[in-house]
Amino acid sequence: MPEWEPVIGLEIHVQLKTRTKMFCSCEAGYGGEPNTRTCPVCLAFPGALPVPNETAVEWTIKLGHALNCRIAEHAVFHRKNYFYPDNPKGYQISQYDEPLCVDGSFVVPGPGGDTEIGIVRAHLEEDAAKTIHVGGATGRIVGSAHSNVDFNRGGTPLVEIVTQPDIRSADQAKRFLQLLRQTIVELGVSDAEMEKGTLRADANVSVREVGEQGYRTRTELKNMNSFNHIARGIEAELRRQIEMWESGGEVVQETLDYEVKSDLVTARRRKEEADDYRYFPEPDLVPLDPSTELVERLRIEVPELPGSRIRRFEREYELSYYDAEVLNGSAALAALYEQVALNGVDAKAASNVLMNDFVATGVDPAAVDGTELGKLIAARATIPRETFTRALTESGDPQFRAETYLGDALVADTAELEPLVVRILADNPGQVAAYKGGKQGLLGFFVGQVMKKTRGRADPKIVNELLRAKLRD
Amino acid sequence: MAISREDVLHVAALAQLELSEEEIARLTVELNDILAAVGKVSELDLSDVPPTSHPLAVVNVFRPDEPRPSLSLDDVFANAPERDADYFRVPPTGAAEESSA
Repeated sequence: MPEWEPVIGLEIHVQLKTRTKMFCSCEAGYGGEPNTRTCPVCLAFPGALPVPNETAVEWTIKLGHALNCRIAEHAVFHRKNYFYPDNPKGYQISQYDEPLCVDGSFVVPGPGGDTEIGIVRAHLEEDAAKTIHVGGATGRIVGSAHSNVDFNRGGTPLVEIVTQPDIRSADQAKRFLQLLRQTIVELGVSDAEMEKGTLRADANVSVREVGEQGYRTRTELKNMNSFNHIARGIEAELRRQIEMWESGGEVVQETLDYEVKSDLVTARRRKEEADDYRYFPEPDLVPLDPSTELVERLRIEVPELPGSRIRRFEREYELSYYDAEVLNGSAALAALYEQVALNGVDAKAASNVLMNDFVATGVDPAAVDGTELGKLIAARATIPRETFTRALTESGDPQFRAETYLGDALVADTAELEPLVVRILADNPGQVAAYKGGKQGLLGFFVGQVMKKTRGRADPKIVNELLRAKLRD
Repeated sequence: MAISREDVLHVAALAQLELSEEEIARLTVELNDILAAVGKVSELDLSDVPPTSHPLAVVNVFRPDEPRPSLSLDDVFANAPERDADYFRVPPTGAAEESSA
């Protein structure tokens, strides 16, 4: 059997979180009663004219910078013509051969090195309306009695990102999407939530024999609404294609849906006419010619992005790749880590506490004062475990101060503990005699007595040492 | 360059138009005439001229990202052929492809 190599490209749609739609001043965003966020432009009433949202254009350029794209000096909107009830004009305003951002790359760091995924383009377009299928068993298209359309989403700014077919496994596709999502969120241009549909991804999948040049026929995989489903959908399609080739069959170009329940891909109904969108320049809109000044200003506004921050954490704090990746799970957690580490706490210790104990509390890292948390973590060896955990749970409180918990510091001072140990032994002569007679298990009883007297603040290690020494006497 | 009967049928199907035999014949002639008229331009040497996507020498017309009131539901549905509660009711879309957006 030959060895097969997956060839995967992704097409990602990102809904921008501008306040208004792409070409009209209706409110954009999730929610709103059906059709209450509509106007002559987004309902395509005759004579209505679109005007582009300046913020959406700027954010697309910013996203283009984050994807290392070249920003076009001259970009044009095109009409993409097709009929469907979610598209009231009979065309979608999109970009065709003169998009805003082209020829980029996105680096995905990993434990074994970087993977660079080429970006073909990132362009700006408008989202379609939402169609709800009424009647029929499960609200799916097949068997529905009629469909209802809500135009609130229609016209929301949408950035389409197309990658080169550079991805070589389902896991790589998932990791790429996760890091891309985090990058988009940190840029502040979209919430990019797959469950809400503000981030959507389709995969173009093919396989070839290892060493083979060129590409074989690909299929387009749709209808996957979580990172895990995308990985599983791609796996299922790779299996199907490999089986097809190995049994002497041929993969045909088609659009497929991934069904999570059955873990199978199914073909969509094929269109009678092949895709023929008859793109032409949108005559209602003038070209976009972003000035060098604007492009450079937006470049400066791009913050340090998670991919490069992971590498910097590895370098500057000498962390493992795994630690650096987990700490960069959000910009807020990464920033908190740096505040703590810069407060003199050992980098590895700070990393362990944040990744495990802190994350487990569910406290929002953005709400935590890193200086105070740093003090707490620095003193953690002297604080009882329960107090430390409670302190972490309360670390998001604006009143949070490390010293509140340092009062509970463990008593590790032998001079302070020794008289107490002596007194407890004197008070319990029977147990002392039994211990000396061989009942070693009674040590725990004495430790318990010391803890009771100190309200749990005694350092158990010192107490143990002291008790053993005194009981030997 | 010439437009065939098949081209007319293809474009008609894309535009979801049903044409009679007579219309097909007439449109084949008309579309060829239009193409020939526009084709006149190709007689010039235009290798140095970029394609015009807009007749005005204007670029970068934008709108600030500030919401303005939307239409009332009465106005939204004033011309809707069919309404189901506050939705536009349309025939079942099962027969067609999903939107490509």
